[in-house]
Amino acid sequence: MPKITAALILCLLLALSAGGAGAVDDGGSLVMGTIGDATSMIPMITSDSASHEMSGLVYNGLLKYDKDLNLIGDLARSWTVSPDGLTITFKIREGVTWQDGKPYTAKDALFNWRFMVDPKTPTAYSGDYMKVTKAEAPDEHTFVVHYDEPFAPGLASWTLTQMPRHLLEGQDVRASELNRHPVGTGPYEFVRWDPGARVVLRYYPDYFEGRAHISQVTYRVIPDMATMFLELKSGGLDWMGLTALQYRRQTETPFFKKNFVKYRYLSSGYTYLGYNLKDPRFADKRVRQALSYAIDKEELIKGVLLGLGRVCTGPIKPGTYWYNPQVKRYPHDPAKAKELLAAAGWRDTDGDGLLDKDGRPFEFTILTNQGNSYRANTGVIIQQRLSQIGVRVKLRTVEWAAFIKEFINKGRFEAVLLGWTITPDPDQFDIWHSSKAQPGQLNFTYYKNPEVDRILTEQRRTFDREKRRALIFKLQEILAEDQPYTFLYVANALPVLAARIKGIAPAPAGISYNFTEWWVPKALQHPAMKR
Amino acid sequence: MLTYLAKRLAMMVPLLIGITFISFLIMHLAPGSPTDLATDLNPKMSEIAKERLTKLYGLDKPLPVQYWTWLKRLAVLDFGRSFAPDGQPVLNKIADRLPITVTINLLSLLLVLVIAVPIGVYSATHRGSLFDQATTVFVFLGFATPTFWLALLCMILFGVVLGWLPISGIKSLNHDQLSCAGQLLDYARHLALPVLLSAFTSLAGMSRYMRGNMLEVIRQDYVTTARAKGLPERLVIYSHALRNAMMPVITILGLSVPALIGGSVIFESIFAIPGMGKLFYDAVMARDYPVVMGGLVIGAVLTLVGNLLADLGYALVDPRVRSK
Repeated sequence: MPKITAALILCLLLALSAGGAGAVDDGGSLVMGTIGDATSMIPMITSDSASHEMSGLVYNGLLKYDKDLNLIGDLARSWTVSPDGLTITFKIREGVTWQDGKPYTAKDALFNWRFMVDPKTPTAYSGDYMKVTKAEAPDEHTFVVHYDEPFAPGLASWTLTQMPRHLLEGQDVRASELNRHPVGTGPYEFVRWDPGARVVLRYYPDYFEGRAHISQVTYRVIPDMATMFLELKSGGLDWMGLTALQYRRQTETPFFKKNFVKYRYLSSGYTYLGYNLKDPRFADKRVRQALSYAIDKEELIKGVLLGLGRVCTGPIKPGTYWYNPQVKRYPHDPAKAKELLAAAGWRDTDGDGLLDKDGRPFEFTILTNQGNSYRANTGVIIQQRLSQIGVRVKLRTVEWAAFIKEFINKGRFEAVLLGWTITPDPDQFDIWHSSKAQPGQLNFTYYKNPEVDRILTEQRRTFDREKRRALIFKLQEILAEDQPYTFLYVANALPVLAARIKGIAPAPAGISYNFTEWWVPKALQHPAMKR
Repeated sequence: MLTYLAKRLAMMVPLLIGITFISFLIMHLAPGSPTDLATDLNPKMSEIAKERLTKLYGLDKPLPVQYWTWLKRLAVLDFGRSFAPDGQPVLNKIADRLPITVTINLLSLLLVLVIAVPIGVYSATHRGSLFDQATTVFVFLGFATPTFWLALLCMILFGVVLGWLPISGIKSLNHDQLSCAGQLLDYARHLALPVLLSAFTSLAGMSRYMRGNMLEVIRQDYVTTARAKGLPERLVIYSHALRNAMMPVITILGLSVPALIGGSVIFESIFAIPGMGKLFYDAVMARDYPVVMGGLVIGAVLTLVGNLLADLGYALVDPRVRSK
C-alpha cells in the first residue's frame, strides 16, 4: 500500500511539474523595428531583406532550415534524391490549408516552379530553377523535379516560398493583389500594411504546426537607427537590431538590464578586402599574403565592431558544419609582410618610406560603397596599417548603384572593401569559378585556379554530405593559401528584445527560427489590436 | 487679371515639358539601373533573368522612345507603374504619401508666418530694444543648430524622459480603435514635434527677413507722409507699411513650395513619417524611374504653381503688376 501511495504521489508530482514547465500563454502582441519598408509581399520578386522577413511569417517553403542550419521538411514531409542524383521527389504534407481555406497540394508546388521559370516573372532568383528540366505532380501529395546533371545546391533552392496557385495563376504578378495582401500557409495571417509605416500580422489559428503563441506581430518602419533606439527605450518597440555602439555603450544601464535581454551571435555575412587580380601587383600571391599579414584583423574587430565579431578565415560561417577551422591563418605580422613583399621585388630603394618596384611606388585605392560606416572605418584602419609597411592606400567611397555599375561590373578598381552574405548551403561556384570571371559576374576579382574550378564543379554534383564537406574544406584551404581576398571579419548580429518575451533559444541559425514558440506571460501581454 | 492668368498658365505647359525632358535625361544618365539593384552581387541571379527584367521594364528600348512613351502616358495623367517589386501605380504611391508631407509643411509654414511676421515687425519698429537683441540671438541660434540634433534632443526630452509626446510615426498602433476626437488628438500629438521643429528652422530666416523689409519700408516717403497726415502709428505700420513689406515674403513663400518635398527627407527619416520626401529619396536610390519622374513632375508643378501664386499675390497687393 505505501508503495502504491508513493507511486501515486510521484505520478502526481511528475504531472504537476510537466504542467508547470510546459505552460505557455497564448496572446499578446510584439512590435519590431525595421529600417526599411517591404517592397512587396511576394518574396520571390523582391531582393530586400525587409520584404523577405515580413512575408516569411505568412508563407512556408517545401523545405526549411532548423536551428543548426540543416535542411528539414516544411510543407514537404520528406524528400528523396535518386541514386544518380538526377531526381528529387518531395512528399507533401497532408491536411495543410491556405489561409483562405483552400487545400495546399503538389499542384501548388508545380505552379511555383513554373512561376519561377516564366519569362514574365520579374524575379532575380530564377537561376536554380532553370536547371530543372522537368517537374511534375503525379498526385496531390507528390512533387518530382528532374535535373540533367546532379545539382546539390538545388536542394536548398526548395526552401522557395510557396505561393497560392489559385490566386496567382494566369495573373500579371506585378498587378496581383498578393503584392499587398499575402495569403499563405504560414503561422501568421496578413492584417494590414500602411506603406512606409507598418505591417501588421495576426496568428493563423489553423496553422499545421499549431498556432503561434504570440497573437499579433507588428513591423514598424523607422528609417533612422537613433530614432529606433529611442522608440525602444520609450516602450514603442519590443525588438530591434542594435549597432555595436548601442550594444556596448548605450544599453549597459539598470533600466536596460531590467527591461530587455540582449543577444549576440555570429551574423551570416563576412567583410573582405578583395584585390583585382588582373592588376599585375596583386597577381603575385606573395603580395596578397603580405597584405593579409600586415592587416591586424583583431584590431579591426576591436576598433570597428567594438569587439563584437570574429576573425574570418574564408567564405564559410565559423562554427557551422561546412566550416574548416584548420586553414592557414594570417596573424598580424608586419615583419613577415615586409619579407614577403621583398621576395616579390618590393623594396624601398629611394628611401622615401614607400616600397617601390621598377621605379613605381606601391600605392593603390580601396573602393567601398557609401553609407556603410563599418566599412569606411575598416578602410581607415587598414590604410594606417599598410602605411606602416610602406604601402600607400587611398580610400574612395561611391554611391551603391554607381559603385556596382561603373566599378565592380567593369572591373575598374584596384581593391574593394565589401561583404558577402553566407548562405546555409556552401555552394561558392558563382564567386570563385573562373567561368564567372567576366564583366558583370560575381567573380569580379578575376580569381582563376583550375583546382578550385574542379572542386566547385565536383561539390555541386555531390549530394553525400560527408563527401561534399571534404570538398568544401579543401576549397577553404586553397582560398586561405591564395588569399584572393584578405578575409577580415564576421560581425555579430545584436538583437535586443523586451524581457517579457519568453521561449527564445539562440542557436547557429540565430533567434527567430522558433518564433512561433515564443510567448509572453499573460500578466505582461500588451493587447493585440482588434481587426 | 484674367488674361494675365491665362498667359501665365499657357506658359507653364512648355516649361513643364522642358523640365521633364531634362529630368528624364539626367535620371537615365546617372550610373546604375533598376535591374542592377535587384540583381547585382546576387549569386542566385542569372544573366537571363537580368535580361528579362530589363525587357519587362522596357529599358531595352532607346531613350527617346522611352521618353515618348512616358510623355504620352503623362498626357492622360498615367504615371505608369513603379519598378519596385509591388508594381503599384505611381499615382497611388504619391497619393499615399503626398498629403502628410503637404500637411506638415503647410502647418509649419503657417506657424512660421504667424510667429515670424509679428516678431519681424516688432523688432523693426523697436529697433535696438531688448526684444530686438534677444530675437537676434535667437535667430543666430536657429541658424546654427543642426535640425537633426535638435530633433533628437526633443525626442529624448518629450518622448523618453517626460513621455508627453510620441517619438515617431504619424499615428499610434491603436489609432483605429480611438474615437474621432481621439484620432484627431493622436494625429496632433504625433505632428507636434515635426511641425514645431521644421517651423523652427525657417523661423529664424523669415523673421529676420521680415525685419529687414519692414525697416526698409518704414523709411520710405509715403510712410513719413502718412505719419505727417496724423494717422495713428498702428494704422501707419499695419495698414500702409506692412502690406508692402509683405511682398518679398510672398515671393519667398512661393519659392519655398517646391522645397517642401526635397526638404522633407531628413524630417521624414528622423520622425519615421511615411511622406513624399522619403518616397522620392528611396526611389532615386533604387533608380525607380517612374516614381522619380512622378515625383519630379509633381515637384515641377508645385514650383510653377508656387511661382504663379506668388505672382498672383503680388498682383493682388500691387496693382501696377496687373496693369502691365
